[in-house]
Amino acid sequence: MRKVAIIGVGMTPFGQLWDRSLISLAVEAGAKAIHDAGITHKDVGVLYGGTMSSGLFSGQEHLASMFADHSGFDHIPSVRVEAACASGGLALRQAYIDVASGAHDIAVVGGVEKMTDLGIYPVTKVLSTAADAERESSLGVTFPGIYAMMARLHMHKYHTTEEQLAMVAVKNHAHAIHNPHAQFRRAITVDQVMGSVKIADPLKLLDASPVSDGGAALVLADEKTARSQSDTPVWIAGSGHATDTIALHDREDMLSMRSTVYAARDAFRQAGLSPKDIGMAELHDCFTIAELLALEDLGFVDRGASGSFIEQGQAHIGGSLPINPSGGLKAKGHPVGASGIAQAIESVLQLRGDAGLRNTGAEIALTQNVGGSGGTAVVHIFRR
Amino acid sequence: MAVPKFWRQIPALYNLEGSVCGCGALAFPPREVCPKCHAVGLKPHRFRGKGTVETFTIIRTPTTDPEGENIEVPARSIPYVMGIIRLEEGPRLTAQIVDARPEDVRIGDRVELVFRKLLEKGPKGVIQYGYKFRPV
Amino acid sequence: MAGIISWGSYVPRYRIKVEEIASVWGMDPEKVKAGLRIQEKAVPDIDEDAATIAVECARNALAVDVPSDPASADSSSSSFPSSSVSSSSSSSLPSPLAEHIHAIYIGSESHPYAVKPTGTIVGEAIGVGNDYTTADFEFACKAGTAAMQAALAMVRSGMATFALAGGADTAQAAPGDPLEYTAAAGGAVFIIGKDHAVAEINHTLSFTSDTPDFWRRAHERYPSHGGPFTGEPAYFRHVIASTKKLMHVAGTTPSDYDHVVLHQPNGKFPARAAARLGFTREQMALGMLVPLIGNTYSGAAILGLANVLDNARPGQRVLLTSYGSGAGSDSFDITITDRIVPVQKQIRPLQSYIGRKTYLDYPAYLQKVRAIQHT
Repeated sequence: MRKVAIIGVGMTPFGQLWDRSLISLAVEAGAKAIHDAGITHKDVGVLYGGTMSSGLFSGQEHLASMFADHSGFDHIPSVRVEAACASGGLALRQAYIDVASGAHDIAVVGGVEKMTDLGIYPVTKVLSTAADAERESSLGVTFPGIYAMMARLHMHKYHTTEEQLAMVAVKNHAHAIHNPHAQFRRAITVDQVMGSVKIADPLKLLDASPVSDGGAALVLADEKTARSQSDTPVWIAGSGHATDTIALHDREDMLSMRSTVYAARDAFRQAGLSPKDIGMAELHDCFTIAELLALEDLGFVDRGASGSFIEQGQAHIGGSLPINPSGGLKAKGHPVGASGIAQAIESVLQLRGDAGLRNTGAEIALTQNVGGSGGTAVVHIFRR
Repeated sequence: MAVPKFWRQIPALYNLEGSVCGCGALAFPPREVCPKCHAVGLKPHRFRGKGTVETFTIIRTPTTDPEGENIEVPARSIPYVMGIIRLEEGPRLTAQIVDARPEDVRIGDRVELVFRKLLEKGPKGVIQYGYKFRPV
Repeated sequence: MAGIISWGSYVPRYRIKVEEIASVWGMDPEKVKAGLRIQEKAVPDIDEDAATIAVECARNALAVDVPSDPASADSSSSSFPSSSVSSSSSSSLPSPLAEHIHAIYIGSESHPYAVKPTGTIVGEAIGVGNDYTTADFEFACKAGTAAMQAALAMVRSGMATFALAGGADTAQAAPGDPLEYTAAAGGAVFIIGKDHAVAEINHTLSFTSDTPDFWRRAHERYPSHGGPFTGEPAYFRHVIASTKKLMHVAGTTPSDYDHVVLHQPNGKFPARAAARLGFTREQMALGMLVPLIGNTYSGAAILGLANVLDNARPGQRVLLTSYGSGAGSDSFDITITDRIVPVQKQIRPLQSYIGRKTYLDYPAYLQKVRAIQHT
């Protein structure tokens, strides 16, 4: 396997982008990444794109062809990857394997979702297709509901508080203030989270990531190309991908996503690193509880200790392990297919030192991107 | 939900019919491959329908079908309780908990199977019935 | 002889009080309560219909699993005919008894489908297999007893070892219609068999005429009715004639019965009919449920019967007369046997359903009956 680096990044703003179509978001992100990499369309050997459900959100499938066509590529191979909200992270991994294998020297990998064309209840329905349709969603459990059941269990078992959950949202909003691409660039308080409308007890509206539109893209290159094209390559030091049961109720421990545990194990092993080596992480905080579970599954804190870790401020920029300096899915926005790519972009900016007021000074970054309630997880480790 | 898709689920939805493997492993709903020993050729097994709530939530924002108005009309009044229930025989499932005030449900509550409407495929379509649970 | 082998009943958990409905329409609740002699009514949850109610009743009827206990009344016949009945199984589903049910007849005026039987849903949910016949019954509030008569005929003719029959309704009433105070939900089913009856059906007969006092046209959501016309020429004429005819055939007088159940669209009608027939309040007591649960239509008279069976003692005699608009009455002369004692110990009693209740306000009630709906 060859070493692979990220040599270009590009993303659209995340948010309610009423005037933007699915494909325009994808094309813009890809074009920015190509420009950032200092390459041309002709240099690109293959396209990978992650979207969760362009079919249900936008009535459009066959995005692989559409990405290539509308981006102006001449007949290059193009692959659409789907793993629910981990579609972006998995597309990155598949593109990484492609370049590492030697099949292509340069890959553009993007993620995109256009969600706001649907109202909140239909969006909730589409997102619920990431659960087991026959055994979970059709019986009435929504996605917020599944994470809410994890939250209630965590509170029951470890005495985690609703306030500690709220602090995840407060922290990520504070981080997003300095992210020009973020959907919510405003501070919120624990009281505001606690007082927001309940969506699936104990989770409230401000425990949840928003419904967002957005696109994000990366340019990957093999070592030789990367060194010749880029002064600031960011190396993919580890890439892990694993699965867990699609239904939450089938897990022996409903407070652990084995997908995250095993993906992280593989990524750490490949990188020759351990959790204490990580300088910052972008974790899949689709709901506040998800960030807590990820901290535990990735080995950053002991089981049950994530709530106090957040409460102590250790996950803030400037803390012992900054988590979601971008604002995370919670505040940066969560166009589901794009989120895994956007996590990698934040890591690249952080490792390049290009994150402005969000700079953590980290030299090694980790991303964790989750599909569904943990049925898929993709973990990447990046270093300068 | 398409009619054949509903119809083939009837044994599981009406009577909690899952599967049992020669190794003794139980699964609900039925599986093609044993989740423990990976054997095939599992046999049907009916669960008794008694269990315990391991976790739950109160759903206040429901879902509607993206393909238009009321394609699928869930038979649930808002808000409603969804829980993960550990059946006495071992496997867990996710189900609505009815006949309880949402604020009264607790982890550890004993629940029993009831037969209720799950959804209607619009005013003209079939009615899907199946399992829900209520406090004992 | 043939009779009732087992029975099961069900009333939903939710209730709405007369006061709550009356306050919406500016009516004096005390006058409404006095006029209808009803306090509150049972309301189905949004996910309940005649089929789900019938299924719960049927599962209750089948949850009875009489062990071959020598201490029980008659050791030679205290267990069900099926040799596969076993007390070792704690499973209520499926019941071995279910495998010998060859006919299922459910009566309702609120069958969930206009075309597609309720009986198949019940059959599948109780695991009777495929060797059974079914068809749905409709005759306003007496569809349940009509189904029982058909089941009895199937058993007596030998076409069925056991037959399951009964009634279940989620009765609909237009907002503001006086029926809104009474139209309720509930049901009861009975397993009919030749031997081993807990209650022998000595006689049954009907009195029927073409009297349009209450109806619902196809595709209409709510029923229409003839107001006061539902009284004398309809309810009273049929209930009284049928009951008198039964006592004539059976050679009985009113005082021969320990328990009397008359159809109860409200609290007033059955009380007046009983007085005219010569029955006392004591005879009517066990079977009179309408003040607390409302008129459960096809379930009404037979829920009264179920409550009698839950509580009756061996040797007691029971008279049941239903009434269905349109119009007709079915009357039954029943004798309780010794075998009821072990079954009563296992049956889920109707009072357990009547006693557990959650009150709804009017908006919550509207959501339950789907008069208003979340988008």
